[in-house]
Amino acid sequence: MTKDIREDIAWAKINQDVLKSLQTPRPAYWVILFVAFCVFSVGLGCEIYQYNMGMGVSNLDNPHAWGLYIASFIFWIGMSHSGTLLSAILHIMHADWRKPIYRFAEAMTTFSLITAAMFVAVHLGRVWQIYYALPYPNERWAWPNWQSPLLWDAMAVFTYLSSSIIFLYVGMIPDLAICRDNMQSGWRKKLYTLMALGWEGTDRQWRNFRMTYLTVACFLIPLAVSVHSIVSTDFSVSQQPGMHVTSFPPYFVAGALYSGCAAIISLFIILRYVFKFEEYMTLPILRKVVRLTFAIAMVWTYLNCVEFAATWYSHDEAEKAVLIQKAIGPYAPFFWTMIFCGSVVPFAMMVKKWQTNIPIMFAVSLLLNLGMFLERWMIVSPTLSHDYWPWQFDHDQWPSMIQWGIVFGSFGFFVILFMVFCKVFPSVSMYEVKEMVYHRSLQSKKAEAEAAAAEGLVGEELAVKGAN
Amino acid sequence: MGVANLLENWSKFRHTHPVDDKGHPDWEAYPSDIKWAMAIDLDACTGCNACSVACYAENNLPAVGKEKYGHGHAMHWMRIERYWGEDAGVGQFNADEGARFLPMLCQQCEAAPCETVCPVGATNHTEDGLNSQIYNRCIGSRYCLVNCPYKVRYFNWYDYPTTQDVWPSPMEQQLNPDLTVRGKGVMEKCTFCKQRTYMARNSAKTEGRPVRDGDVMTACQEACPTGAIHFGNLFDPESQVAKMWKTQQVELDKDKQAKDESSDNRLRGYRVLEYLRPYPSVMYMERVRETAV
Repeated sequence: MTKDIREDIAWAKINQDVLKSLQTPRPAYWVILFVAFCVFSVGLGCEIYQYNMGMGVSNLDNPHAWGLYIASFIFWIGMSHSGTLLSAILHIMHADWRKPIYRFAEAMTTFSLITAAMFVAVHLGRVWQIYYALPYPNERWAWPNWQSPLLWDAMAVFTYLSSSIIFLYVGMIPDLAICRDNMQSGWRKKLYTLMALGWEGTDRQWRNFRMTYLTVACFLIPLAVSVHSIVSTDFSVSQQPGMHVTSFPPYFVAGALYSGCAAIISLFIILRYVFKFEEYMTLPILRKVVRLTFAIAMVWTYLNCVEFAATWYSHDEAEKAVLIQKAIGPYAPFFWTMIFCGSVVPFAMMVKKWQTNIPIMFAVSLLLNLGMFLERWMIVSPTLSHDYWPWQFDHDQWPSMIQWGIVFGSFGFFVILFMVFCKVFPSVSMYEVKEMVYHRSLQSKKAEAEAAAAEGLVGEELAVKGAN
Repeated sequence: MGVANLLENWSKFRHTHPVDDKGHPDWEAYPSDIKWAMAIDLDACTGCNACSVACYAENNLPAVGKEKYGHGHAMHWMRIERYWGEDAGVGQFNADEGARFLPMLCQQCEAAPCETVCPVGATNHTEDGLNSQIYNRCIGSRYCLVNCPYKVRYFNWYDYPTTQDVWPSPMEQQLNPDLTVRGKGVMEKCTFCKQRTYMARNSAKTEGRPVRDGDVMTACQEACPTGAIHFGNLFDPESQVAKMWKTQQVELDKDKQAKDESSDNRLRGYRVLEYLRPYPSVMYMERVRETAV
């Protein structure tokens, strides 16, 4: 069993390797950034068109009032659970194999949330009045409607976003100090000096830091669970069949962890290759992440089965009709692709040989996320196609190019944010990797000492026996 | 506007469930002697669509055109739904049997599923028992439309007043000045001709008398050639609507009517999707058929 990380990596080398990733990018970086910018511009253009013309250009209608915008919103919030899972939950569980990889996962969390927040704006008919959802002082004494799940969303996502930014930033402070100390003067040095807040690495600072980090982690875990549960109440609190499902809060949280982990695998493989982080983002760690993803995939599959089973034994005609529609109606190809990607493809992750096979795991992770995106869409559109009111049936609705354009644009936006992050901030946590190397080396030294002592004893016994 | 004010008046600001919480429609917060309701006789309805057209005229509804109608962007607050033969599947019809018509409009539910889910509180309940839609407040999240079981809410998918030629000249001269023309991004729906009921109540108040049955007719009621639509105050025992509800033994705050049909006379009154408990204010009376269903 190969080790998660070599124990004899010099600390200076860790600094060097990670800081190398912050150097001037190669031409390929600029090309990819430009492509991402183009994708984002397409989305931006579509949104400007929609803003001016009206929501009708998205092909939404009565009864399909919601479509890909809500699905994407939930998809991006789901992706954001990756960072929280890796940083906070595994931190509390003392799973130190997370140390080389949690930094970019946290960054992914923050940027996913920002992207998700944009979809709230995109989805509204009157975006310019979005501030009505905030409890701001006004002469009409009009408060937002606290009973509405959309309002809970606004509160929850805002809280989660600000907490994630704090978590990301606080966790980066020692690393920013390393950057500050190793950079030539220039805009980078100024930036890191400002952001490192005068970190010197004294004992007291480390103690405070540890406490703060732990506190924010403990705060963030229930927050992450509650945020996605609240987002799921957009559906479960409504009355529509197919949406009005009690198991949605845990189902959505499981789905979020699922898509987050799949995205971690994708970005792991990309960063490992691009920045040559093979020493840190090692294959044993990849194997652990893959196995974790598989476990979550099984949880998600189970909760899916719970939903289907509940529909079956509920004898709720409308609910059953919606499920049958999902399976054989106009959205059937997407529904079955979702089932395939979400429940069948994960089994590829149990093949030991494939767990560290980079191309296969990359493809698998992309398929898993495709499945998760479809899952969100399949909660929205099939229900609206076939709810209580027969007059609305048999009216197919598909998202227009404008809607797809905005959805794809969001991916471009996320990629831009992430790529800029990777070049400005260290995407591997240097101080935590040093901790990991140090603890592992201590452990192996202790093991060696014990083995030597045992051998020594055996040698003594033999000597004594021999003497006898 | 302060937190103190919010806490003091919590019971008013908070939208209680009008039936489940109190056991009867909750008018403590908004005492009123009016509850607008309708009774629609499906036996009299011929599906002529006069009510729908009248609603278009009265409420400044944009006629969106054939293409947008096909896309599901129609704005018909009152719509005539056609259902074909008992055995016809969805999308099929047996022309010999003819269609059955259901004039569907906002049911002005007492426990409206749309009211609780609006993030900004653009839809609420009025003191005369209507589900109100406040155009100014609406930010267009469309959750109300998603949650409505009847899907009787209509969203302005385009900016009809300014960009679309939906009132070709001289039709714009016919627009009703008593109410607004809505811009894009706003949800709208049937208001039981709020502009008419409001004026009727004002006149009655000026004259120092209660609103009498027949003082106000909704546009659809007025236009219906067979008189299938009856509208009035459910709380006024002398009103036609109240009498019809009573005869049909349909009660506002029940999710399953217990009817006493001992006199062998099958009572035709029912409410649509009653079991979902939105407590709708529109009672339909089944069409009398030649054969038993």
